[in-house]
Parts: sequence; structure tokens; C-alpha cells
Amino acid sequence: MDKVYKRTLGIQEGVVSGFCPGCMHGTAHKLVGEVVEELGKLDKLVRVEGVGCCGLGQAYVSHDTIIAAHGRACAVATGVKRCSPDSLVYTYQGDGDLASIGLDETVSAANRGENFTVIFINNGIYGMTGGQMAPTTLIGMKATTAPFGRKAEEHGYPMHVCEVLAQLKAPQFLVRTTVDTPQNVIKTRKYIKQAFQNQIDGKGFSLVEIVTTCPTNWGFTPKDSITFLRENMLAEFPVGVYRDKDAGIE
Amino acid sequence: MAERVFMKGCEAIAEAAVRAGCRFFAGYPITPQNEIPEYMARRQPEVGGVFVQGESEVASVNMLYGAAAAGARAMSSSSSCGISLYSEGISYCASARLPVVVVNVQRGGPGIGAIQPAQQDYFQATKASGNGGFKMIVLAPATVQECVDMVYESFELAARDNNPVLVLTDGVIGTMMEPVVLPPMKSDEELAALKESFKVTGRACIGHPVGQRATCFPGSVGTGQEIANKEAEKMYATWDKDVRVEEYLVDDAEIIFAAYGISARISKAVVKQLRAEGIKAGMIRPITVSPFPYDTFANLDFTKVKGILDVEMSIPAQMRFDVDHAVQGRCPIQECRRSGGQLLTNDQVLEAARALIKEVL
Repeated sequence: MDKVYKRTLGIQEGVVSGFCPGCMHGTAHKLVGEVVEELGKLDKLVRVEGVGCCGLGQAYVSHDTIIAAHGRACAVATGVKRCSPDSLVYTYQGDGDLASIGLDETVSAANRGENFTVIFINNGIYGMTGGQMAPTTLIGMKATTAPFGRKAEEHGYPMHVCEVLAQLKAPQFLVRTTVDTPQNVIKTRKYIKQAFQNQIDGKGFSLVEIVTTCPTNWGFTPKDSITFLRENMLAEFPVGVYRDKDAGIE
Repeated sequence: MAERVFMKGCEAIAEAAVRAGCRFFAGYPITPQNEIPEYMARRQPEVGGVFVQGESEVASVNMLYGAAAAGARAMSSSSSCGISLYSEGISYCASARLPVVVVNVQRGGPGIGAIQPAQQDYFQATKASGNGGFKMIVLAPATVQECVDMVYESFELAARDNNPVLVLTDGVIGTMMEPVVLPPMKSDEELAALKESFKVTGRACIGHPVGQRATCFPGSVGTGQEIANKEAEKMYATWDKDVRVEEYLVDDAEIIFAAYGISARISKAVVKQLRAEGIKAGMIRPITVSPFPYDTFANLDFTKVKGILDVEMSIPAQMRFDVDHAVQGRCPIQECRRSGGQLLTNDQVLEAARALIKEVL
């Protein structure tokens, strides 16, 4: 019988991820591994890892990994890619990392059109540190540092990373997606593949934002988290292609 | 072949780095070191290297971290308050044991301070350039030639220890012109071999076959951090051999000047003047301010030495604490200081020396 599905070589065999039940980081890691394996580039893959739950990935993936300081992944990736253009470089960052402490590094790398790939996990909360308010926390959503819920007049509004970066001329590919259904997992897989293919083709900055759940810090069951994601997160963060120069989406 | 040219301190620093094999430079504008990134912006493309103007000091030093993790000889420069923003990246490089070179062309401080020269960053440079209690070799040139030689050598020291190296200079030396002999240019073959030697350590994060992954981890889990800190401590313990100091007319001296960098140049002129008057003056100039030449001070013959004048462009004085630590109260120590971008003059140092002489001789 033919083998139709197997674990990606991009993830170490026999290593448990450490992510919470219902967390979607595992899916995102699997997709990156599968896609790069398909592209035949696992031996060139360099992960620049943000700080937060994404930091659990370093013990889990099978490829080269550089742990960046909180928020600095896009700066570190700039250094790696400029000095080793043959490497296939990606950053893997959460919303606090990429859109708060690292916003400058993210916007500036995007604006320079740096030729690497960004995998951006947006779950609207700081996971690792225990549920503090993120730049992407929804209005009214409670966080340990916004115990009465996020208020626009006090905390501002959720940060829309794809929309912000779409104001820049340089980025090649900006997409927001999610992985709540098999169909969306397949779609996300396609986007991630395009984001890496863009890098191989030297087309410049590609970012895939994946809207995900955080059952632990949202305080929901994994199943209810998916309902919350569909009804609330995706209402605030619409999925779609915000920039694809090849498809004429500017 | 050695090449003698007339160059500005900052430009000489940049050219020396290029000749030492620096092929990645990231930096952010700040006075008085702008000629270093400006020189690199035109020079790196000529040698197939990379120059990036970072969006901030924070980004620049983290680019350096990435470049070093990819096996490039990487350098950055900044000044005082900019170096404060480098502390995150320097600490990460120290923790991940990455060889990078950082140049601090000091200006006034604290805070934004003054754009003019000072020596206000001694503690930061030698004691805590970031969190976590790591150490660096810190070289303090007193001439443009020393800038060249020390920057060139700092790449070797960084590569030897897999640790950041800091060159601590100031806005006087960085902006003045002097004749210098430039070191030979490392060939592309040498640089390729250096890159290869880093690669074979398995630490270069440039992509590896599955099962041979490299990681660059500025920290650890479990007991790993303690093990890493003990390893670093072992490395620091090897630095006794790296201590460098200039002892000028110290043998019979009754009055010793303690000064580094530009203050030492000024002090040396005053020592000569006092000698001409028959006063037995001498000078100890730490060339490595880390590791500090404690033994040179500790082993002075205090039956002869009557007093030490610590000369620094810093208020409060900072290096003085290291001198104190070595001297242990065996002779009086007085200070001669300027700060906030004000330069020491020969007259001021002479006056301070005469006050000390009057008291102790």
C-alpha cells in the first residue's frame, strides 16, 4: 500500500511540542516543515525564533534555529539572510513579539523588502507570560493586564499587521489566514509555500499571518476557542490576500 | 605590504575592520562616530561585504547577532547612549558565544549627554555592557594607529574566544587625523577558510542536513545556563595573558599618573614636563581596560611611589575604582577630571599633579 501521509522531516522524531491542547502552533510548525520539505530545502532552512510560545519550537523543529531577542527576529533574519543568501530564512513570531516590541524591526524589514519569510502567529494575547494584553487583543477581551477588558479609549484598537504593512511599497506577499478547518489548513499550506517560493525566487518580503486560538489564556475549551476565533477574531482580522505582487494585488 | 596613510580615527577604524575581514556592518547614525558607517557604506560593496543602516541601534546590534550566527565577521559602532541600546544584543552575543566586534566612540553622558568627547562609559564597558554578568575584552586605544591595530586584532580575539570584543575609544581619537600604517588585507581565500572553520564547528546557522541542525541559543533550559556560565568563566580566566599595559617611566617614579585612551596622551605630555623639572613622574596606561592590569598597580614599590593621580574625562571618576582595588590604600590617590564633552588640558593636569606633589612629596 502506498504511504499517503507521513510526519514531516522538518520536525524532530519523538519530540513532543509542549504546546497546550487546542493550540494551533503545532499545525503551523507542521505546515512549515511539510512545505519546505516539498521544496527540497530543509537542509537550507534557518528559523529565527521569536520569544513567547513560539520559543517552544526550538526543541521541536529539526532545522537550524537562532533564538532572537524579544521582537528582534526580523533584524536577526536580516543579518543571517544578507550574509548567507543561499539559506532559506524565516522568522516565527507571535503577536506581542512581532507587533508590539518588534514592530519597528518588522516594519523596517518589510520596508526594505528583505528577502525572507515571516510566519506570524496572531492569537490576540501573550501566551507564554500568562495572558497579558497584546497589540492584537480584541476590544472588550479580558487580559491579565486589562482585567476589565480592552478599552479603545485607554488601550487603542487591535493592531492590523497585514493592513499596516500593505501601506508599504516593498513587501511582495502579505496574507492573513487561519487553520480552523481542514480547508483552511490546506489554504494556509498553499500560502506558506508561496511565501517560501517567493524567497527562493528572490522576490523579497513575504508574511503569512495565521490567526490562531489560545484556549489556555482565553479561558475556553479548545472547541469553544474555535467558535470564539470564528465569531470574534476573524471578524476583527479578516482573512485574505493583502498583497501579492505576482497576482497584481497591491 | 604595509601602507602608510593619513586618516581620521573613525575611517581608520573602518578600514582596519575591512582588512581584518569584516564583511558585515550594521549601524545607526550618532555623533561622533558617523564616519565609521559612512565609510562602511562605500567600502563594503567594494569588497563584496554588506552594509545595512539599521532602523535603530537595537536593530543594528541584532542584525550583527544574526550575521555572526551565519558565520560572517561582523562589526558595529556607536557612541555612549547608542551603546546603551546595544546592551541587549551584546549580551545575547555573549550568551550565545558569538564573535562580534563593537566600537564605542565615547561622548558625554549620562543620557543624551553631549556630542563632544568624553570617557564616561568606563563602567558600562568594563563591568556591565548588558545583563547577566558577562565579560568582554575591552581595548582602549590612545592613538589612531592603536585604533587600527586594536580593531584588526579584536576580530582575532573575538574569534578565538567566541565572545564579543569592545574597542573603547572617544570622540577625540575618532575625529582626529594621524598618519597610520594599515595592516594587510585578508584575502578572499583566508576569509573563506575562516568561514569554513566556523561552519565545521557545527555552530553556523546557515542550514544543515536533517539530523545535523545547529542552534544559536542565547540562554538555556534547565541547568544549561549554569553550565554555560561556568564555561564562560573558564574563558575569562584565560585572559591574564591578554592584559596589556603601558608603563611609562614607572621604575623610579614617585608620582604615577593612571590614565587610559586620550587622557593618557595628555598625561604623558605632563609627565615629560615634570621630568624636565626633575620630578620623578611616571604613567601607567591600561591598554586593556578589561582585563584590567591590577597587578601593575598592585606590584608598585610603595616605598617609592608617594601618590597616584587618576586622570579621566569622567565625573565621577570611574577607572579610579579599579586603581583603588589594586592599590588597597597603600598610597594616596587623587583625581583630575573633566566631563560632559569638556577636554582635559595639559595645564589642568599639570595643576592637579602639582597639588598632589605638594601634598605627598
